[in-house]
Amino acid sequence: MKVRVHVSLKNGVLDPQGRAIHHALEGLGFSGVNDVRAGRLIELDVADSVTDEALDEMCRKLLANMVIENYRIEKVAA
Amino acid sequence: MPFNAAVITFPGSNCDRDMAVAIEEICGGTVHRVWHGDAGLPEGLDFIALPGGFSYGDYLRSGAMAARSPVMQAVVEAANRGVAVLGVCNGFQVLTEAGLLPGALMRNAGIRFVCRDVKLKVENANSLFTSGYLPGQTITIPVAHHDGNYFADDVTLDRLEGEGRVAFRYLEPVNGSQRDIAGVLNDKGNVLGMMPHPERMIEPAHGGSDGRKLFESVLRGLNVLA
Repeated sequence: MKVRVHVSLKNGVLDPQGRAIHHALEGLGFSGVNDVRAGRLIELDVADSVTDEALDEMCRKLLANMVIENYRIEKVAA
Repeated sequence: MPFNAAVITFPGSNCDRDMAVAIEEICGGTVHRVWHGDAGLPEGLDFIALPGGFSYGDYLRSGAMAARSPVMQAVVEAANRGVAVLGVCNGFQVLTEAGLLPGALMRNAGIRFVCRDVKLKVENANSLFTSGYLPGQTITIPVAHHDGNYFADDVTLDRLEGEGRVAFRYLEPVNGSQRDIAGVLNDKGNVLGMMPHPERMIEPAHGGSDGRKLFESVLRGLNVLA
């Protein structure tokens, strides 16, 4: 089973990388970009026996830092 | 009893030798060098230091992989037993990732790696690590980091301030840290994490010796307790 874990910064947490990317887009002449937030995509290939609870625990224990980040688990059809 | 310390080396640590030399010179005794894959720590440790560097290449998040390495289980247990633990720079990041200290260290607000001497204010001069300083004293200690931007929610920050757990504060803009926090203590006061490098400021040849007092404080504090 393929699983995508989307990790993003929580609302209200300043994102210096997103801000720099935003600035670079403007520097390239792209207008109309209101905000940029950078996150991380982690793709897992797991056995079908892996439970939703186990995936959730993987996110909370390692893949995301719950102090500053949120995560969203997306199961991808094979 | 001679001072008994350990410095943990992760793959990618690069300040472990400096840390070991500082402890040896100032505290004397024995400094064990412990590898991250070791399942346990030497017996009877007084002091554990997590050094600066780029453990595991900063993969995932700075300090994230090191915080889950085998030896860190033993470090967490030792910290919970009351053993003094100092994390500097990457060591601070590891301590937050391991849950021994609150908050997180994010990318510097200015994006750039910051490597220079900075002025700090000693906010708490009563802790195990800072008793050799004067309250409010200004000291100069170098920083060298990319991810030193301390973040915690307002409730946590208020609690840290109220409980005297902000050990050091930057006196100049450095990395965008909330409330200019440069170093924090755990609730029992036996764990300190800080981004500046006291081990790089222990003799005049380093350009100053303001970092010495931190190690002297630990030595004196532990002798008093012993």
